[in-house]
Amino acid sequence: MKILVCISHVPDTTSKINFTEGDTKFDTNGVQFVINPNDEFGLTRAMWFKEKQGANVTVVNVGGPETEPTLRKALAIGADAAIRVNTEAKDGVQVAKELANVVNQGGYDLVIAGRESIDYNGGMVPGMLAALTNANFVTNCISLEVDGTNATAMREIDGGKETVATSLPLIIGGQKGLVEESDLRIPNMRGIMMARQKPLSVVEPTNAAAETNSVKFEKPAPKGAVTLVDADNIDQLVSLLHNEAKVI
Amino acid sequence: MSVLVYTESEQGKFKKVAFEVASYAKAVADQMGTTVTAVTVNAGDSSELGSYGVDKVLNINNGDLDKFNAAAYASAIEQAAKQEGSKVVVLSSSADSKYLAPLVAVGLDAGYASNVVEAPSSTAPFTVKRTAFTNKAFNVTSIDTDVKVVGVSKNAFGLVESNGNAASEDFSPAISTSGVTVQSVDKATDKVTIADAEIVVSGGRGLKGPENWGMVEELADVLGAATACSKPVSDLGWRPHSEHVGQTGKPVASNLYIAIGISGAIQHLAGINSSKVKVVINTDPEAPFFKAADYGVVGDAFEVVPTLIEKLKAFKAQNA
Ligand SMILES: Cc1cc2nc3c(=O)[nH]c(=O)nc-3n(C[C@H](O)[C@H](O)[C@H](O)COP(=O)(O)OP(=O)(O)OC[C@H]3O[C@@H](n4cnc5c(N)ncnc54)[C@H](O)[C@@H]3O)c2cc1C
Ligand SMILES: Nc1ncnc2c1ncn2[C@@H]1O[C@H](COP(=O)(O)O)[C@@H](O)[C@H]1O
Repeated sequence: MKILVCISHVPDTTSKINFTEGDTKFDTNGVQFVINPNDEFGLTRAMWFKEKQGANVTVVNVGGPETEPTLRKALAIGADAAIRVNTEAKDGVQVAKELANVVNQGGYDLVIAGRESIDYNGGMVPGMLAALTNANFVTNCISLEVDGTNATAMREIDGGKETVATSLPLIIGGQKGLVEESDLRIPNMRGIMMARQKPLSVVEPTNAAAETNSVKFEKPAPKGAVTLVDADNIDQLVSLLHNEAKVI
Repeated sequence: MSVLVYTESEQGKFKKVAFEVASYAKAVADQMGTTVTAVTVNAGDSSELGSYGVDKVLNINNGDLDKFNAAAYASAIEQAAKQEGSKVVVLSSSADSKYLAPLVAVGLDAGYASNVVEAPSSTAPFTVKRTAFTNKAFNVTSIDTDVKVVGVSKNAFGLVESNGNAASEDFSPAISTSGVTVQSVDKATDKVTIADAEIVVSGGRGLKGPENWGMVEELADVLGAATACSKPVSDLGWRPHSEHVGQTGKPVASNLYIAIGISGAIQHLAGINSSKVKVVINTDPEAPFFKAADYGVVGDAFEVVPTLIEKLKAFKAQNA
């Protein structure tokens, strides 16, 4: 089985979010970048397929040279090869079109992407990629089994989950549940050494066009101070929630 | 030209988000000087949509669509948009709609903006405000294609009533078979879901162990709320993963969020920030959650929560 794992390179969850150039650009100063958490679950599931069922795992990112350490980390975790499509995409559809080109050229059976990236939160790349490549698609995917060309997946829905039967070629939008938190791997020394020998190919973009344009960023309005209620005076809390906040 | 909105129903009844996206579509239609057409799938009486600004309803009644199927639903919505010549298609942020929207966007060669929190600030260029960086910021985005797809964030726009009349028509799009088939659905029908809840009651590691969740559930019961938890609580197996909220869990956009024994780590706050009113109950006055909350009680959850339940019961009895 040939698996492609789409890796989005995102600010670490502890990052403070600031903007520069008149609030038009994300300020990367002092920000640590990591593999998007949803993609890390997907990558780990891909490693499971590789080890238990035999699979070749390629990771891909659409981005500039600064994303290579993130791809190297994925190689150190155990992916066999990496591809970087050398362009700074302006929106999700542009990423999806570049990925579609990679998928079409590579003939992958299974493409594992994340439900959503934690930076732009588009939640659009995997679905668009599936539509562009005519593959089956399951998002919010919390479990995935593959048997030959058949696949069974579980999808989280509002208030529960649903089990679906599908087949390869398949694209999923994965999340926690695909593997457990405790299954996530930290690259070890050997993995890091081996990653240096593994191929990371840089391919030029097809120059697919974006369809949306980021005009500017805004930060949420600063919050007012908290109203403290004495633990011995919970009546007051009930009254505030009713009369002031009007939420009960 | 009308603005098209997908109004979701469940067992024949419209979900609340259906009225919210209809209200949003009405605001867009007013700005563009056009009308609102809703698409429904196996919904019952659709006249209610008129009260939220819908002028016309395309009712799809098709047994093949009884089970949700993203590709088939997306294709039906595309066909409706083409029939109506719609330039704007509006969807909600439910799990199903977020699944559909990218497919609809590709099918219509439309640009897509998700998690939109306000009516467009301009319709030419079509400019909307959306959340980004998991609620740590907003991004003002223009959609530059002829047809636009907008995903509206839950509880951001609200319900806006208007006295309209929704004329309904049968609509029978061509449905092709899809390669994804639902085999079973596992859903608690008696519980309020985090996605739909107006109020969410959430517990953290401060509650010490799963055996102490009785009071959290009771508080949720009294309030008609959904229950949620912090990430370590689900990682420890005290609560199911589906209750994990935060930056890497489910987002919460309720009217009221009550955090019990949760410290308020940045990743937790990112996911619950768009809740309107936040209450924290924590023994530690230095807990970061107090900086993010509207109301706070410094105290032991094991004393505060039972008292709160009692007071709320009394309040409800009085206001019944
Ligand atoms: C990549 C990454 C992603 C993450 N994503 C998320 C996420 O999506 N959601 C999330 O929640 N976390 C997330 N986290 C974890 C986050 O950093 C915190 O560790 C977590 O939110 C802490 O959970 P907690 O507040 O329940 O526990 P703790 O930090 O242990 O806090 C417990 C709190 O309970 C209080 N307490 C103790 N006893 C009592 C009592 N008797 N009564 C009242 N209060 C009491 C304590 O004062 C303390 O403030 C993520 C972390 C990482 C690294
Ligand atoms: N620039 C990118 N390169 C590779 N994969 C990406 C990129 N952006 C998004 N993805 C994938 O698409 C998923 C959803 O991203 P998004 O649609 O941006 O929320 C991510 O979890 C990744 O798997």
